[in-house]
Amino acid sequence: MKDFNYHSAKDSKEASKLASSSSAFLAGGMTTIPSMKLGLATYKDLIDIKNIKKLSGIKVSGKSVTIGAATKHVEVSNSKDVKKAIPSLSSLAEGIGDPQVRNRGTIGGSIANNDPSADYPSACIALNATIHTNERKIEAAKFFKGMFETALKKGELIEAIEFQIPEKSSYQKHPNPASRYAIVGVYVAKHKGDVNVAVTGAKSCVYNDKDMSKALTGNFSSSSIDGMDLDSSEMNTDMHASAEFRASLVVTQAKKAVDAC
Amino acid sequence: MASLVGSRVERKEDKRFLTGKGRYTADINLANQTYAIFVRSPHARASIKKLNIDKALKSSGVVSILTGKEIADDKIGGLIAGWAIRSEDGTEMKCPGNPPLAKDNVNFVGDPVAVVIAESLAEAKEAAEKVEVDYKVLKAVTSTADAMNGDTIHEGIDKNLCFDWLLGDRQKVKEAFDKADKVISIDIINNRLIPNAMEPRACVADYNAASEEITLYTTSQNPHLSRLIMSAFGNVAPEHKLRVVAPDVGGGFGSKINVYNEDIVCSWAAKKINRAIKWVAERSESFLTDIHGRDHVTHAELAVTKDGKFLGFKNETIANLGAYARVFGTVTPTYLFGPCATGVYEIPAAYTNVKAVYTNTAPVDAYRGAGRPEATYTIERLVEKASMELGIDKTELRIKNFPTAFPFKQTLVHTVDSGDYVAGMEKAKQMADYKGFEARRKESEAKGKLRGIGVTSYFEACGIAPSAAVMSLGCGVGLWESAEVRFNPTGQVTVYTGSHSHGQSHQTTFAQIAADELGVPIENIDIVHGDTDKGTFGMGTYGSRSLAVGGIAIVNACKKIVEKGKRVTAKMLEANPEDVEFKDGEFIVSKSNKKKTIGEVAFACYLPGVRDEMKSPLPEGDEPGLKETSFYDPSNFSFPAGTHIAEVEIDPETGHVKLEKYTACDDFGRIINPMVVEGQVHGGLAQGIGQALYENAEYDETGQLMTGSYMDYTMPRADNFPEFNIGYTCTHATTNPLGVKGCGEAGAIAAPPTVMNAVIDALGGQEVTMPATAEKVWKACKNLKKSNAKAA
Repeated sequence: MKDFNYHSAKDSKEASKLASSSSAFLAGGMTTIPSMKLGLATYKDLIDIKNIKKLSGIKVSGKSVTIGAATKHVEVSNSKDVKKAIPSLSSLAEGIGDPQVRNRGTIGGSIANNDPSADYPSACIALNATIHTNERKIEAAKFFKGMFETALKKGELIEAIEFQIPEKSSYQKHPNPASRYAIVGVYVAKHKGDVNVAVTGAKSCVYNDKDMSKALTGNFSSSSIDGMDLDSSEMNTDMHASAEFRASLVVTQAKKAVDAC
Repeated sequence: MASLVGSRVERKEDKRFLTGKGRYTADINLANQTYAIFVRSPHARASIKKLNIDKALKSSGVVSILTGKEIADDKIGGLIAGWAIRSEDGTEMKCPGNPPLAKDNVNFVGDPVAVVIAESLAEAKEAAEKVEVDYKVLKAVTSTADAMNGDTIHEGIDKNLCFDWLLGDRQKVKEAFDKADKVISIDIINNRLIPNAMEPRACVADYNAASEEITLYTTSQNPHLSRLIMSAFGNVAPEHKLRVVAPDVGGGFGSKINVYNEDIVCSWAAKKINRAIKWVAERSESFLTDIHGRDHVTHAELAVTKDGKFLGFKNETIANLGAYARVFGTVTPTYLFGPCATGVYEIPAAYTNVKAVYTNTAPVDAYRGAGRPEATYTIERLVEKASMELGIDKTELRIKNFPTAFPFKQTLVHTVDSGDYVAGMEKAKQMADYKGFEARRKESEAKGKLRGIGVTSYFEACGIAPSAAVMSLGCGVGLWESAEVRFNPTGQVTVYTGSHSHGQSHQTTFAQIAADELGVPIENIDIVHGDTDKGTFGMGTYGSRSLAVGGIAIVNACKKIVEKGKRVTAKMLEANPEDVEFKDGEFIVSKSNKKKTIGEVAFACYLPGVRDEMKSPLPEGDEPGLKETSFYDPSNFSFPAGTHIAEVEIDPETGHVKLEKYTACDDFGRIINPMVVEGQVHGGLAQGIGQALYENAEYDETGQLMTGSYMDYTMPRADNFPEFNIGYTCTHATTNPLGVKGCGEAGAIAAPPTVMNAVIDALGGQEVTMPATAEKVWKACKNLKKSNAKAA
């Protein structure tokens, strides 16, 4: 690891001010630190945001659950409020990585990194989340731009994620057996009027599967998507799963999610 | 005094391990030490056109940079294969040179070309990046099956073939096959594994210019053997000027048997720079450069009668040695593999033919089970297939071919002294509720799941090994073990063993044995190992040998102590030595019932003069002191055996295999500490199930390791396993005084075929290669659905 300057910001303003083209925000460091150790990423400045009090915590209102960006996975999975309002979000957090990762990794870090097989982005899409930054509010549908790409500008800091409480929801993951990232994860959420089927792991970026959404909005039953033949041409192929297998898993996991709702 | 052998004595080593007080190699820091980083080849096969260290030398903090040229100039020897194998045509095996630092050619990704030594680790890393190596990249050979058709990796080694070895009689096998009603054949792959010891390899080398001694602290399973190899073949220093210490070592599984490049380079370089050098592998280096295991491609056939008697067995295997032949690299796919490939069965005719090939991959060597997992996988997959094709129950077919009497002269090499395979099978069936399986299969079916049951009956040859036998088979040294038992004058005992504990609990089990033999409380017994300056030369720990060989040496040394004690007691109590009995730590004169405790006798032995009423207790011809040494050379291998039964449930929609039940019924002979044995069985099973369902080392065609981190190499985790159902049948070994057989490798040997037989049973007999990943199983489920639809 190359030398770098460590800063601990006391508020978002200071964090943003310290940011430059050769800096990174540091929350749990679950991706940033290993990347630096392996020499895949080099930064002049690391701006630690964990100590910004405002960024941690969970608030539940009648319609939404708002989680501070620096809130750890373990806090989300253990939160009684989250379990009550959106149980699927709590169980998603419980299934991320391993205990060490859940005790350090943060929701904001996961979303800002936008790993194509991370779990949280699917929750954002399925639960019509609003991403609150220090500058603006961004709808989840417009936030995830592509592989490791988001709508965030340099120096822009996620402060909180506001999830809409659905009528019913479930997240079903087929994990990579080694890393336990999602080979395919499907987050189904039934809202008043429509159904979201957010898919992670299958393509280069999380997406809402329109065909399944439509079918399930018409009839919220796993039978309405059973046997659906998805186009696998844009799906990922790697040593753990072919595109063909992923396409099949998307339907299987979506069915499981609907059944679990 | 109650016997400690057979009881669940708590581990003496746990206090230091569980409180973070273990002392591993990386914990050792010496004054004024430097740090080494190895510059490694990023290519699987290349020639080195130019190596320029000028820029790196100017980098901050650099002390020295050494390359293959310096090591060649200093005539430091390379790494060696410890076992000479002769081909079927009588020619000797062909082994390439393996210099500790490559000079002209590199042959796998990770092959070291230079070492950078600096004042700090960060500076060493920084400088290593500035070493410029100009490689001419050559086409790599990576496939086991196609290695003989690839470019020649090592000059003069045609077809990349190290040897083409035969064990058995082809003609007899042909005759047996001619008589067969049916021939069952199978093509299998034994997947390559990476051992993944929890503690990565490391070494700290120190040089004392005054005494001209090198001290090497290293992560070794056999420090004495390492010293011998480094001295005799590496030319690093004469043995008396080289001390090798293997302190606490965090797991080996065979990967720490070898002397590695880094051990030799750091020892040699420490003398050159006259300073201590520390090197600790990063996990990515462990993936690339620790020895790998398995990697066989096999075609096997079994000739049977229609009522299920086995007549003959053929085994044609290609074994991948990786880039170089290492210490146990050549014996693992031959004498540790071939003899066990006929399994626990009476098969009148058999042969095993192994072609060992070089490829541009990490060297392959002994990994937990070493050859015996590959053998057991071959025969047990074949027998299971035979049961399907013959329509005979898988347990009945096995029993039908078990030997009926012991000693059992196994087809190819071994004479198995003891066992009861039928009892093991019956007990395993009962433990696993074999009878109830069909009902459970129906329950799974009702949920839309597929359920399968798999059986394996295995034996293995361990407790390596009788010197006369192994040296006649090409081994460079005999594989006895030493022990030294020393009484302190005040009655505590220190036992020095040549074996080495890196997770095997020797500190506890060996102390249990000595406590029983000497009648000394276990807390007064210390076990010392792992330092060539302490205790006599020993062979180390591998091949489930510590107890069956090292443990017996301790017993024998203790018996010598007792014999001397009897003589001394007789003198002290004015009796005949023949009238002195020893029991529970007391020497008793049978006629007078007068006694001396072993502590009193020890004290007297060290104080042979006259004191108070005591006159010299030493009989004429006996020297003072109470210390005895034994070198125990076993008369035979030991032969653990057993039957394992697994049940899996498969989700046909996702291909997910859930291991529902796992039953292991093993015969390890006498069990010293049931808790320690359970730990060994659990660990072995975890690795064996890991091979079947999760682990796979995969290279791409250019020789890059695709599974070079835990993001891609699937180490099994606790939640992958059901609670193991473990039981024993204990037929004592007749070839050693403790009646022990060895338990370290059984799980890793039996589990892969057990689990795969269950998976394949669930899949209606469709072959799936290890590891049975979700996608492979999903595809097989789709095929099954199609063929069922056709049949309907």
